[in-house]
Amino acid sequence: MLKIKKLNKSYGANKALSDVDLNVSEGVVFGLLGPNGAGKTTLIRIINQIIDSDSGEVYIGGELLAPKHIGLIGYLPEERGLYKKMKVWDQMLYFARLKGLSPQEAKIKIKYWLEKLEMETWRDKKIEDLSKGMAQKVQFISTIIHNPPLLILDEPFSGFDPVNAEIIKNEILELKEKGTTVILSTHRMESVELLCDQVAMINRSKKILDGTIKQVKSIYRPEVYSITLDHLKMDLPIEWISKEDEGSHSFTLPLSGKTPNELLNELMQYGEVNRFQELIPSMEEIFIHQVKSTENG
Amino acid sequence: MGKIWLVIQREYVARVKKKSFLLVTLLTPLIFPAIMGVFVWIALEEEDNQALRIIEVVDDNKLFFLESSEQYAFSFSDASPEEAKKLVQDGDRYGFLHIPKFDIKDPNGISFYGEDNPSMSLISYLENNLRKKIEEQRLFESGIDPKIINEVRTKVGIKSITLDDEGTETVSDATVNYAIGFVAGILIYMFIFIYGNQIMQGVIEEKSSRIVEILVSSLKPFQLMLGKIIGIAGVGLTQLLIWIVLIGTLTTIVTGFLGMQMPQQQAMELANPELAEGLAQNTEMGEILQVIAGINYVQIALSFVFYFLGGYLLYGALFAAIGSAVDAPSDAQQFMLPVTIPLIVAYMGLFVFVLNDPNSTTSFWLSIVPLTSPIAMMGRVSYGVPFWELALSMGLLIAGFLFTTWVAGKIYRIGILMHGTKPSYKTLWKWIKTNN
Repeated sequence: MLKIKKLNKSYGANKALSDVDLNVSEGVVFGLLGPNGAGKTTLIRIINQIIDSDSGEVYIGGELLAPKHIGLIGYLPEERGLYKKMKVWDQMLYFARLKGLSPQEAKIKIKYWLEKLEMETWRDKKIEDLSKGMAQKVQFISTIIHNPPLLILDEPFSGFDPVNAEIIKNEILELKEKGTTVILSTHRMESVELLCDQVAMINRSKKILDGTIKQVKSIYRPEVYSITLDHLKMDLPIEWISKEDEGSHSFTLPLSGKTPNELLNELMQYGEVNRFQELIPSMEEIFIHQVKSTENG
Repeated sequence: MGKIWLVIQREYVARVKKKSFLLVTLLTPLIFPAIMGVFVWIALEEEDNQALRIIEVVDDNKLFFLESSEQYAFSFSDASPEEAKKLVQDGDRYGFLHIPKFDIKDPNGISFYGEDNPSMSLISYLENNLRKKIEEQRLFESGIDPKIINEVRTKVGIKSITLDDEGTETVSDATVNYAIGFVAGILIYMFIFIYGNQIMQGVIEEKSSRIVEILVSSLKPFQLMLGKIIGIAGVGLTQLLIWIVLIGTLTTIVTGFLGMQMPQQQAMELANPELAEGLAQNTEMGEILQVIAGINYVQIALSFVFYFLGGYLLYGALFAAIGSAVDAPSDAQQFMLPVTIPLIVAYMGLFVFVLNDPNSTTSFWLSIVPLTSPIAMMGRVSYGVPFWELALSMGLLIAGFLFTTWVAGKIYRIGILMHGTKPSYKTLWKWIKTNN
């Protein structure tokens, strides 16, 4: 769906993107991760043709990015807003028309979404008379009103209350089911694991990691297992600092050169193995680990 | 182009639909005549209700007699100046005019004593009357009957005719031309300021409410800026058109209702009784009508629309650039100077140079340089301007607004995405230089 090759962008002496490559497959939710100021917004602005890159290419659906592709993208920026004095209906119509929909198409789509999210009664209300949550829904609909095959959401959940965030999350997943490719940019890594199929991590203008969630997680495995034993046959070695709770003993153990099966066999001698699970690192831990390892060499 | 059109529509409709637009548009043509009407009415009332003011005259020459008017009565007495002053102090007299003994060829030392500062009109009334009396007296002393003088007094009116290369003669009258230039210049000046500010406010609104990033993902910043400028121009033209229609209708109704077919003539008689006296009224009126008929209205109207829009577009782009560079209207102040100074220069130039001498070198340059030409040229157009000058001025104005729009576009494109930084002129210059 989206292919980015050797993208570079500087603001004066500051490098915002250096030689960034990305490959976003069709129909996935793609997480663009990185701390604030890493270059995510710059990358997104280049894809949206708001700013130009210094060098490098962006391909969308196999074609070199051009102004005619504007209608293919739906963009919810991190910094977003609406015309306070405009009515909900007029506002949505304006955004839809700017994306290239005809008045008839736009009206049908707006009606569909207003009904779907139970907002028909607000159509003639001005934005300034809506609650913050209502305005956010209007904002979201305005972003997807033209059925874009590529949806770019920059920190989509910031500013949403939990109820609306849930609604939006479900809409994103539903759009994905229908074949929409979604790029989700965020610095909150914990929301990524639930939604994303693929991720890329950006730090200080460089891509430091990308792949499917599983691939990324396999890169950094501390090889530590979480274990629970019941009905002990003998005392556990003192160095396995374990915690006892009504006869169950829980502790963590590194593989220390053994295979998981060897470790399991060893454990079975002590008692009944109730739990034997590898500790998978969070995206946050992977990120921190990756930043450290790239910075150290 | 389709997207610019969408922006134009939105900007236009959002403003025209506002209640404040409707109020200002409908009330302004009513309020201004109403305020003027109230002033005239108050002035007339005051004149009617004023108590007759008595002025004590002590004339040591025993020569002068002043005729009393509706407002002032003169009482002549042999009182000494001290006694007369006492009368003023006691409030028995409004003032006291002392004419000491003087050589009639060199009248000096005439004084007016009053409880308060006398009005300009009273002093000039007294001066004119005394001058006339002294002149009559001196004529009489040299053996000429003042009556003869009155008989031979002649009024000369020069009919000024402009002659062009083809020999076409046009009757011109500086007063009419002056009025046209004056009104047109002021209108353009006000329009640029009022609507330029609206552009700036609109840009700041889009920037501060963070709509702009969504917009520029759908269209180019330049299209957005241009759409806004053109849309607001449409609002201004609509307002102007409504005003013209309203004022036209109102004037027709009022004049028709009062049966005042020739208000100008009456006004002129009131303003200048001497002028009306010596001259047959028909010729005078006829001449003015001839002048009014001789003016090239089509050219003036077209020039007006051109400079009205040209000036607005030139400055509108600059206002948009300023709006894009700042986060709040209060921060805009620091960038306003380069915009306001040429406008004020043009405005002052219109009154000091152009309207007084439309063909002077300064007037020429003011009407050629694009920053001042929209206002200054309107002061010259009604007098008639050589075609090449008009063409040069218009051409430069088009080039000028293309240039300011280009510069503004560069600042705008970067400025609208910048938040929380206060740019300086140096940063703006950097933005202009960057290519993307």
